[in-house]
Amino acid sequence: MKHTISVLVENHSGVLSRITGLFSRRGFNIESLAVGPTHDPEVSRITIIADGDEHTVEQIEKQLNKLIEVIKVRTLQKDECFARELMMVKLNCPAEKRSEIMTIAEMTEAKIVDVTLTTVTLEICARYNKLERFIEIVAPYGIIELVRTGTIAIQKGAETMDRKK
Amino acid sequence: MKMKACEAMVECLKAEGVKTVYGYPGAAICPFYDALMDSGIRHVLVRHEANAGHEASGMARITGKPAVCVVTSGPGAVNLITAIATAYADSIPIVCITGQVNTEQIGSDVFQEADITGAAEPFVKHSYLVKDPNDIPRVFKEAFYIAGSGRPGPVLIDMPMDVQRAEIDFVYPKSVEIRGYKPTVKGNAFQVKRVMSALVKAKKPLICIGGGVFASNAQEEVVKLAHIMNIPVITTMMGISVFSDDDPLFFGMLGMYGVKSANTAVNECDVLFLVGARVGDRAVRTPLSLEKTTKILHIDIDPAEIGKNIGADLPLVGDAKNVLAQLCEIAKPMEHTEWIAQLDSYRQKREFGKAKEGTVVPREFIDKLSRSLPDDTVVVADVGQNQIWTATGYHIGRGGRFMTSGGMGTMGYSLPAAIGAKMAAPDRTVVAICGDGSLQMSMMELATAVQHGVNVKVVVMTNGRLGMVRELQTNGYNGRETAVFLDGSPDFIKLADAYGIKSCRVTDEKSEQEAIELLSGYDGIALVEVMVDENAATLA
Repeated sequence: MKHTISVLVENHSGVLSRITGLFSRRGFNIESLAVGPTHDPEVSRITIIADGDEHTVEQIEKQLNKLIEVIKVRTLQKDECFARELMMVKLNCPAEKRSEIMTIAEMTEAKIVDVTLTTVTLEICARYNKLERFIEIVAPYGIIELVRTGTIAIQKGAETMDRKK
Repeated sequence: MKMKACEAMVECLKAEGVKTVYGYPGAAICPFYDALMDSGIRHVLVRHEANAGHEASGMARITGKPAVCVVTSGPGAVNLITAIATAYADSIPIVCITGQVNTEQIGSDVFQEADITGAAEPFVKHSYLVKDPNDIPRVFKEAFYIAGSGRPGPVLIDMPMDVQRAEIDFVYPKSVEIRGYKPTVKGNAFQVKRVMSALVKAKKPLICIGGGVFASNAQEEVVKLAHIMNIPVITTMMGISVFSDDDPLFFGMLGMYGVKSANTAVNECDVLFLVGARVGDRAVRTPLSLEKTTKILHIDIDPAEIGKNIGADLPLVGDAKNVLAQLCEIAKPMEHTEWIAQLDSYRQKREFGKAKEGTVVPREFIDKLSRSLPDDTVVVADVGQNQIWTATGYHIGRGGRFMTSGGMGTMGYSLPAAIGAKMAAPDRTVVAICGDGSLQMSMMELATAVQHGVNVKVVVMTNGRLGMVRELQTNGYNGRETAVFLDGSPDFIKLADAYGIKSCRVTDEKSEQEAIELLSGYDGIALVEVMVDENAATLA
């Protein structure tokens, strides 16, 4: 079962390696990890998608909380947050296939960011499941390269990591 | 006040009340050593960096406060890792200062460079690589606070040489503000009431104490609670000596090498109250079946320990000292006469049997020794058969203290830890009990003891074997004994002579008596070699 874990950390060098080290040495599986600064320059936010049962996730949360530089940990339930991931895909695309791919892009709200004589590069920002479906659709054209940011997530409504509504 | 950063480091130690540091110098830590020289802080030169950590550990376990070790960069720092991991596994507060190459050289593989904060990461409670000398006061303040508060543990401070040489404006902070570190100290009042009501309802309650009781200095409180409510008590290896062996409510150590009364108690109780015990695999082999049949109440200051190895019906996060005091306040006297009588019937008087010619029975020797030493003796067991014999054979008197490397099982721990313990409690007798294998992992520290006049007593149980592994091979590998023979070991009596240490060898009852007199009566460093049958077992 996949879980979305949001972690606020002090923006120090070495924090990321403490967190990834913790996951590997405790045998937790990370599916994706996204990290970046927040509106507070001293705080970074890490979003981790991890695989495991309830007991594992409880342990992940507790072990993360033990790290001195971790300020707050929350597992976000699917229905309480917006989750997004950015993906860019470079496809084989001879001239005769361009319009087909443009149609797919329109239908899926993907953007064409680059075109060459033989390739096209698409950008799409969506939920994890939607990206997986998108890959299925474009795979037949031949994926040359694919890159994803990992999921980031934010709570719905007025609630935040720090503040209950 | 303006001063050199290395002087500021020393001022930080003084501000934390540090009187002794254990260490081994090298180029990258020389600025600090230069400043230390005139500080009045005593420096104890160890003979291997790992032992600097173990000696600090021994000291910290007696004082309850973080103790300090200092080593140089590269190999010095890397050698220290075993001690850091050992302290981490047993939640011992030590602050480790390592020299590091100049900031601008970090990452370029220069002479004696090692990424020690990276390498030690899995075993530290926290670590710092100080790049800005102005951070020194804050970092030291935080390091001592983190090491000693909450669930204690080792904290590492890596100090590049140019940072030590810089000049700073020194003001030691009065308080610490770390956004993400606020250990829970008091128990939730509602949860405390629920724990009490579960204890009151229990027909066969049992308290199991672990090392956390020492970490929070809650010995008095747990003894008090057990006696108010008449609840029997057992211990993990880390909790040994919280209760005296003479206490009628005490039923010994549980686990793989534990005693029958404790192991039966844990299987037959209806409510098991764990206090600062993490239910390690050597203590409870089948936590899953135990949690099915027994109501589990669990106090721990580390929320991650609750529910990690055993499911708790009632979790209670907090410092054992506070939580137990809260419980004592609402505790009412109870009787568990039948239950205690039942457990009393499981107590076994150990039959020592007869020793082979030229040897003595190890547990019998340890038992006799313990009854001749003062009640408040600190006994440090090493790792291996000697550890089990001591844990189950040493009779703990009132105010006695047992220590060992419980979690990591680090061989060679006893001698350096005993040195640290003795320096923390110069008026108490401190005995290290080790094997001929474990002594040879740290016997270079005999020189440290001699150099600094640290009056420790060393007991070596010689069987010419790595006995614990030998026993494992006998029982689990069809008796195929391999790589456990310690042929080539020195004559330990001659070795003691070489260090100028008084010694004797025990081969029979007569020499046993002489040895016990030497260990209990002689005011100086002494080494006793106890000859033990190579086939002597722990599981008997």
